[in-house]
Amino acid sequence: MTLTHAWLALHAVAGREIAKFVRQYGRLLSSLVRPSLWLIVFAAGFQNVFGVAIIPPYDSYIEYRVYIAPGLLGMVLLFNGMQSSLSMVYDREMGMMRLLLTAPLPRWYLLFCKLMAGTVLSVLQAYAFLAIAALFEVGIPLAGWLTVLPALFAGGLMLGALGLLLSVYIKQLENFAGTMNFVIFPMFFVSSALYPLWKLRESGAEIVWQLASLNPFTHAVELIRFALYGQFNLTACLVVIGSALTFFVAAVLGYDPGRGLLRRSGRPA
Amino acid sequence: MAEQPLLDVEQVSKSYGPRKALDGVSLQVGRGEFVALLGPNGAGKSTLFQLLSGLFVADGGSIRIGGLDLRTHMTAALARLGVVFQQPTLDLDLGVAANLRYHARLHGLGGRHARERIDAELARLGLAERAQEPARALSGGNRRKVELARALVHQPEVLLMDEATVGLDFASRRQLLDDVHALVASRGVGVLWASHLVDEAEGADRVVVLHLGHVLFTGTPAELVAHCGAADLAAAFLQLTAGGGRHAA
Repeated sequence: MTLTHAWLALHAVAGREIAKFVRQYGRLLSSLVRPSLWLIVFAAGFQNVFGVAIIPPYDSYIEYRVYIAPGLLGMVLLFNGMQSSLSMVYDREMGMMRLLLTAPLPRWYLLFCKLMAGTVLSVLQAYAFLAIAALFEVGIPLAGWLTVLPALFAGGLMLGALGLLLSVYIKQLENFAGTMNFVIFPMFFVSSALYPLWKLRESGAEIVWQLASLNPFTHAVELIRFALYGQFNLTACLVVIGSALTFFVAAVLGYDPGRGLLRRSGRPA
Repeated sequence: MAEQPLLDVEQVSKSYGPRKALDGVSLQVGRGEFVALLGPNGAGKSTLFQLLSGLFVADGGSIRIGGLDLRTHMTAALARLGVVFQQPTLDLDLGVAANLRYHARLHGLGGRHARERIDAELARLGLAERAQEPARALSGGNRRKVELARALVHQPEVLLMDEATVGLDFASRRQLLDDVHALVASRGVGVLWASHLVDEAEGADRVVVLHLGHVLFTGTPAELVAHCGAADLAAAFLQLTAGGGRHAA
C-alpha cells in the first residue's frame, strides 16, 4: 500500500460518506434536535432538582445545563457512531460493502477509512451542537472550542469503532432498533452524561455506579468535559483510547474472512 | 495452455459447518480466454466467486491470480482482478462517473489518469453522455454496463462476471455478453463468466460445469456436447447435471 493509494482510498470512502450526509438534511437536523431538546427542555425541567457540588473540572457551583453539555456532546458522538454502524449494514445489504472489501488494500485499512469518515462527521456535528449550546449560555470558554477537538475526535473514534464492531453482528437493517435499546440507551443513561457519578453512589445505586464507572462512554464524556475547560483527564484518555483500539481490533477480526463471524456464518460481506 | 494461466484455481474446498459448498474445485483461465462457469442454482458458483474475490478464504486448495497466491498476496492479486457482482453494487445516489471515481480511488487511481480511464471506459460502452446522471436514472441494462465499465477502470487482467445478466432482458443480456467477448479479443483479458443460462456459454472458449460443489466437466462447448452425446449444449448440460457424478474431459 503506497501513501498515495492510502490517501485516495480515504478520500473515496470519506468523500462518499460526507456526500451522503450532505444529501440527508434530516440526519443533520435530528442529530442537532435530539441533544438540543435535552439541553433546552430537560435541563430546564431539572434545573432545580439536582444540586451539583463543585467537582473537577468546575471551580464553582454550576447550573445543570452547564453540567450536561459535555454529556450531550457525547450523545452526538454516540448516535453518529451508531449511524456509522447502520451505514455499514446498509452498504452490506446494498452490495457496496463487497466493492469496498474487494479493493486491493488491507482490510483493516478499509475499515479504518470508514471509521475516519464517520469520526469526521461526528466531530462536525458535535461542533454544530456546540454552537447551539453557546446560544444557551452553557459557559464554555472560547479556548475550550479548540482544546475539546482532540477529545471529540478520540470519543468519535471510540464510538465509531464500537459501531463498526456492532455492524459485524447486526445482520439486517431491521435489527438496528434492537441496537438502540441494548447499546445506546444503557450506554447513555449508565454514565456521567446526565448526573455526576457520586450522585449514583450517594443514592445507594452501587451496581449502577460501578457499571457507570466502567462504561467507556462515561470516560468519553469526562474527557470532553475536562477538555472543554482546558484540562486533561489522563484516566479518561487512556480508557477512551484503549477502548477505541479494542473495539477496532475486534471489528477487524470480525470482518476478517478467515477468522471472523463472516467465516462461521457463511454470510457474504 | 503453454503460458501460466491468469486465474488458476487448484483443488479449492469450502464448507459452511457440515455443508460442503465446494469440494476440490479446479479451473484455469488463460490470457484472452472466455471461460463459462455453468451450474444450476446452488452449484457453488457464488461461493467460488466469493473466494476468488477475497471475500472469504478457502478451507483448502489454492487460488492464483496473475501468478500471485490470493492467500499470501491478497492485495496485489486483487489489484489484477475486476469483478461484476451478481448483486447490483452501484451507489444509486451518486452519478455514473462518481461511481467509477469511487472505484478508481479505491484502486489507487486519481487525478487525470483516473479521469482518462473513466472517460475511456464509459465511451467504449456508449455511456459517455450519461456520465453526470445519477446511476438511479439508468435502465437495468445500462446499470450493468456501468458496473462493467467500473470493473475495467483499473485495467484488470482477469474479469469475474458473477451471473451478471440476472434480471436483464434478452437484448441487454446479449449486448453485455458481446461487450465482454469484444474485451477478450481486444485486450486479452481472461474472463470467468458464471451463469446458469446455457446460451451464454455457446461462444465460450471453454466451459466448466459445476454441480453440487464439484466440477463435472471442463472442455470446449463442442466437447461437452460430444461427451454427453447430446443434441446441443442445453441438452448436454441438463443431462450432466441431472445426477451428481464426476466426469472430466
